Amino acid sequence: MMSFIGALPGAISQGLIWGIMAIGVYITYKILDVADLTVDGSFCTGGATFVVLFGAGVNLWVALLAAFLAGMLAGLVTGLLHTACGIPAILAGILTQLGLWSINLAIMGMKANVAINVIDQSNLERLLVSLRFVQGVAKGTYPVWRHPIFVVGLFTLVIIALLYWFFGTELGASLRATGANPNMARAQGINTNVNTVLGLMLSNGLVALSGALLSQYQSFADSSMGKGAIVIGLAAVIIGEVLFGKIFRNFALKLLAVSFGAIIYYIVIQAVVSLSGIDTNYLKLISASIVAVFLALPYWKGKYFRGQVKASAVGADARMEVEIGGKKDA
Amino acid sequence: MLELKNIWKTFNTGTVNEKIALKGVDLTLNDGDFVTVIGGNGAGKSTLMNAVAGVWPVDQGSISIDGTDVTSLPEHKRAQYIGRVFQDPMMGTASTMQIDENLALAMRRGAGRTLRQGITKREREEYREMLKILDLGLEERMTSKVGLLSGGQRQALTLLMATLKKPRLLLLDEHTAALDPKTAAKVLETTETIVQRDKLTTLMITHNMRDAIAHGDRLIMMYEGRIAIDVAGEEKKKLTVEGLLEMFSKVSGSTEADDKLLLS
Repeated sequence: MMSFIGALPGAISQGLIWGIMAIGVYITYKILDVADLTVDGSFCTGGATFVVLFGAGVNLWVALLAAFLAGMLAGLVTGLLHTACGIPAILAGILTQLGLWSINLAIMGMKANVAINVIDQSNLERLLVSLRFVQGVAKGTYPVWRHPIFVVGLFTLVIIALLYWFFGTELGASLRATGANPNMARAQGINTNVNTVLGLMLSNGLVALSGALLSQYQSFADSSMGKGAIVIGLAAVIIGEVLFGKIFRNFALKLLAVSFGAIIYYIVIQAVVSLSGIDTNYLKLISASIVAVFLALPYWKGKYFRGQVKASAVGADARMEVEIGGKKDA
Repeated sequence: MLELKNIWKTFNTGTVNEKIALKGVDLTLNDGDFVTVIGGNGAGKSTLMNAVAGVWPVDQGSISIDGTDVTSLPEHKRAQYIGRVFQDPMMGTASTMQIDENLALAMRRGAGRTLRQGITKREREEYREMLKILDLGLEERMTSKVGLLSGGQRQALTLLMATLKKPRLLLLDEHTAALDPKTAAKVLETTETIVQRDKLTTLMITHNMRDAIAHGDRLIMMYEGRIAIDVAGEEKKKLTVEGLLEMFSKVSGSTEADDKLLLS
């Protein structure tokens, strides 16, 4: 139990970092209505790009921006495979993801992992987030505001604010329309292909940014760091929706719910590891099972409780008709 | 205004399901024409409309709107000239977006989508006024998600969206077919009001011969991918269902299609 509580700040920090990736997944999965599997590759692309540039002495913010742009480029490739080449979105994502495996290794100079030298104190000081700051704050050697929970939390809020603004613009609204009803979008003069590509780019940019933050946090990038990222992203989206869907109606709050979903996911995983002492190699199996169950729930609900659902839907329709009729008579 | 020249369209080319949907259609609409289109299932009515809207490219022929050749323009680019209402009430609106957001999307038809605010306060006031013409009380529910509306309400909203920014051409594809008779009559009444008010050039497909006769100033009937009957002016005004059926049996050379046409 003590080990679990001791590991909590780290779990929350990791959850927050993965939460940014999950927000990227939310954009494709929920807003664009596309299941994008590029994520597993672009997450590592972000991490690799950041670590290599940072290691070469590039400014932290420039390296983060480069990671974001690299992710957008990956999204662009998937988008073009999907829209310009007519490949189904899932397959387009898988193709990009596979190709990225080689590209990620190439970025890291054909090594499976590249580390940031955090033993070097001056290097460590340049970092925005690090596991060492979690320990440092606990020991009192670092001020509280350097804690990753605080820094990544702030980062997340800024991203949510920017996305909230963007999806409220003409362009952002047309992106939402593209996902909600492509037929309607085209009839209203919206280029759905361009919007789909744009959404994929934005999403993968955020995913790569999240990868950059994680590699910073753990002080290395690894070619397999993005494996299963899409599942974690979906888990966060679904957990956020199940737990906060009823109370968080506003778009910004929905994004916040995704971030909370990722945090809860990491706390649960940490609890499983700390309390049961299970071999961590089983974690991916547990993750996949949890997500499968949550994805199946709405289907089961529709299948086995159809009678009730139908009845209430008919009721709603009848009310609407009465409304129309009433107005007409009046 | 709208000019179709020798339009051909075949679906599933080279398969057992090959279907020649349009066989050299020529059609010219003048400014302000309100044309009703009837015809049995598979006559090519919807195909004609989709050809004009640019849902897919035609095999042959040319389409021009206001003298501009739009034959090779994709659907979203033709949208700057065209307002559309579909048969399926779910198709014309985004159900997960609010009523005012849907209207704002329609208001920007034909304009670029920039990083300016997607909907302004002043617009909302305009929309509130515009929604009143529908007489459904939607002006009081502007922030409701469209998914909460009934089919009739959604269809009325789609109609408003199609005409919000005055289109050069209004395409109505059996837009009352999926509604109950009372709601259908109401939506049709609103259609008439808006078309008359803005003097819109309109192409309206209907499955109901009475509606086709009662509305518009010109009527065309399609049969096997061609325009079989085209009446306008005084002749159209005097048209009756019986007269129309008689004309149709002359064109098709049989009477057996009558029931199909009436019942479909």
